[in-house]
Amino acid sequence: MDAVAIRAEGLGKRYRIGERERYLALRDTLVRWARAPLRALRGRTHENGSIWALKDVSFEVAEGEAVGIIGRNGAGKTTLLKILARITKPTEGHAEVRGRVGSLLEVGTGFHPELTGRENVFLSGAILGMSRREIQRRFDEIVEFAGVERFIDTPLKRYSTGMQTRLAFAVAAHLEPDILLVDEVLAVGDIEFQRKCLGKMQEVSEKGGRTVLFVSHQMNQIRRLCRRVLWLEAGGIVETGPTPHVTAAYERAMTSGNDPRNEHREFAPNAKARFLGWEITEPRGPEPHILTELAPTTIKFRVWAQADLGPCHHGIVLYDTEGRRVWGWATDRLPVPAGASTFVYRFPMLPLRPGFYSWLVTLFDETGRLDSWHVVPDLLIATDDHQHPRDEWSGILNLPATFEVVAARRAASDAQSR
Amino acid sequence: MAYLQPPVWIIRPQRAWWDIGLSELWTYRELLYFLVWRDIKIRYKQTVVGAGWAVLQPLATMALFTLFFGRLARLPSEGVPYPVFFYAGLLPWTYFASSLAAATNSTVEHERIITKVYFPRLFLPLAGVLGSLLDLGIASLLLFALLPVYGIVPGVRLATLPLFVALAMVTAFGVGLWLSALNALYRDVRYAVPFLIQLWLFASPVAYSTSLVPEPWRWAYGLNPMAGVVEGFRWALTGRGAGPGVALAVSVLAVLVVVVGGLLYFRKVEATMADMV
Repeated sequence: MDAVAIRAEGLGKRYRIGERERYLALRDTLVRWARAPLRALRGRTHENGSIWALKDVSFEVAEGEAVGIIGRNGAGKTTLLKILARITKPTEGHAEVRGRVGSLLEVGTGFHPELTGRENVFLSGAILGMSRREIQRRFDEIVEFAGVERFIDTPLKRYSTGMQTRLAFAVAAHLEPDILLVDEVLAVGDIEFQRKCLGKMQEVSEKGGRTVLFVSHQMNQIRRLCRRVLWLEAGGIVETGPTPHVTAAYERAMTSGNDPRNEHREFAPNAKARFLGWEITEPRGPEPHILTELAPTTIKFRVWAQADLGPCHHGIVLYDTEGRRVWGWATDRLPVPAGASTFVYRFPMLPLRPGFYSWLVTLFDETGRLDSWHVVPDLLIATDDHQHPRDEWSGILNLPATFEVVAARRAASDAQSR
Repeated sequence: MAYLQPPVWIIRPQRAWWDIGLSELWTYRELLYFLVWRDIKIRYKQTVVGAGWAVLQPLATMALFTLFFGRLARLPSEGVPYPVFFYAGLLPWTYFASSLAAATNSTVEHERIITKVYFPRLFLPLAGVLGSLLDLGIASLLLFALLPVYGIVPGVRLATLPLFVALAMVTAFGVGLWLSALNALYRDVRYAVPFLIQLWLFASPVAYSTSLVPEPWRWAYGLNPMAGVVEGFRWALTGRGAGPGVALAVSVLAVLVVVVGGLLYFRKVEATMADMV
């Protein structure tokens, strides 16, 4: 194994409940003192009324490795980054960090609206850990990356939100620490700029050989950037391992069962026809919306019609998480009987890259649109991945190809013996 | 990343109570420069008078004091013309008051960066104290214009003036350490500080002369370091009034206690500041 950049052992962080939400009033402390002077003197807070945001977390990150951290909100991801960045101290355990650490927990840390773009680049750069000379050296690059050349001497408060975000990112993207801690910051900004930033981060971690810890809810970003993933839940590590494996397990856990969104649509009395639900009936998976096998697949959409409908038009589209159309199809002159019926699709297989997808199904008659449903819940493809282990080298299709090397000589001898 | 942090560091729950991490301050020194620069830059943005405020405030107060405490109340000024007497007292006082306020508010004001990035938090009150120095410099210009008008020629004693400025700065920093740390924990501080500064003004010989304080109590008066500073300012500029003595020694000692205690307390709070502020 390569040299270790981060080694965490038994990290734990306890917060008193409500500590982050509201500041202490001196009154409360005085009351505590009055009630229990001895305890207050010892500075101990009682165990109850506290919560472990992180508990017994141990892991190692090798130098130059890009590791993703996933988990639901409140799983402890940000707390972990904050401890590693030394922003806050752990309650217990310890961590060893080799190299200079840059943390990017927010976009535009240290920006001040009254200062000009130029001044803010220097200020934010310094706060994030760059030296003045370093900022000077990379200044033009930063401004160009942000695309704000013309406004660089205008106060930041006159910038549009998008421009501010871009400038903030540009500064952050040009940080050059040995270890970069990034929290969910790529969730803002337009898609185009997000891609640019992701590309920049990839460059930093691959070509720059830097260690990156990357928190995100977007699995496509995690897949693209990280080889290994740490899955946190309720302050502890659920699983750690290769990206495709852990992200798939995480996604499965997220869809199974308690999806708060309504799976079954109600029938609307004034609608002529309506889609009511959908499921995978073959192959049978753990859940009706999760596909686990590359095998003949049957998908059913339940429809309810008020009356017999004449020739209808029905369309269907499958989108990936980035909103790209993966497959689209439609049929005309479709009779739809009154009452309940089912639209049945049979696919030889759905050889798609594991991840979330969503259906759009539509139904029209001569009078116009009857229903257009962005299907809930999403389709989760959780089949084995038959692709390149690194996400940027894999594609949309997940084809279980076989491969062999056939020597020409042996082929010839086979032919002779025949 | 040019901050030469040690290549390996260990993150632990606690650090020794006496360790205030001086070497770390040195590695981050450039950030201190930027924080001060920023404070100065934004102080008078979008104002008409701009840095003129640094002069206007003590000037207007001087005019009021001269009218009420001088012409009407006829307080003793040791033969120094009232305008010079008051302005020389107001200079260090205004500096002290504004830097104490800046230092106290520094932690709450920079809450965003405290919770998002690591750096020695000690720089926040320190930058507040350093940033106000510029105002003091600008306001001093008027003083040096005022002295010849009243025919006052400062002697060699003027060379001691920076020492009194330093004492005011360290006092503001020491008290600011306590208050900024407390402010991060208890917002009550924010409301208490303006009041505290007002009281402190009356406890310092700004609007009156130390000669009003009974002789046997002068040393105790020195427990208020600003008494020594204000008195010292007048002495260095006009040569009148009490020179450095026992009271000043008491002041220096008092400040040392406040600063050392403040450093230790601030460091203790710093560990959880990001969770509490």
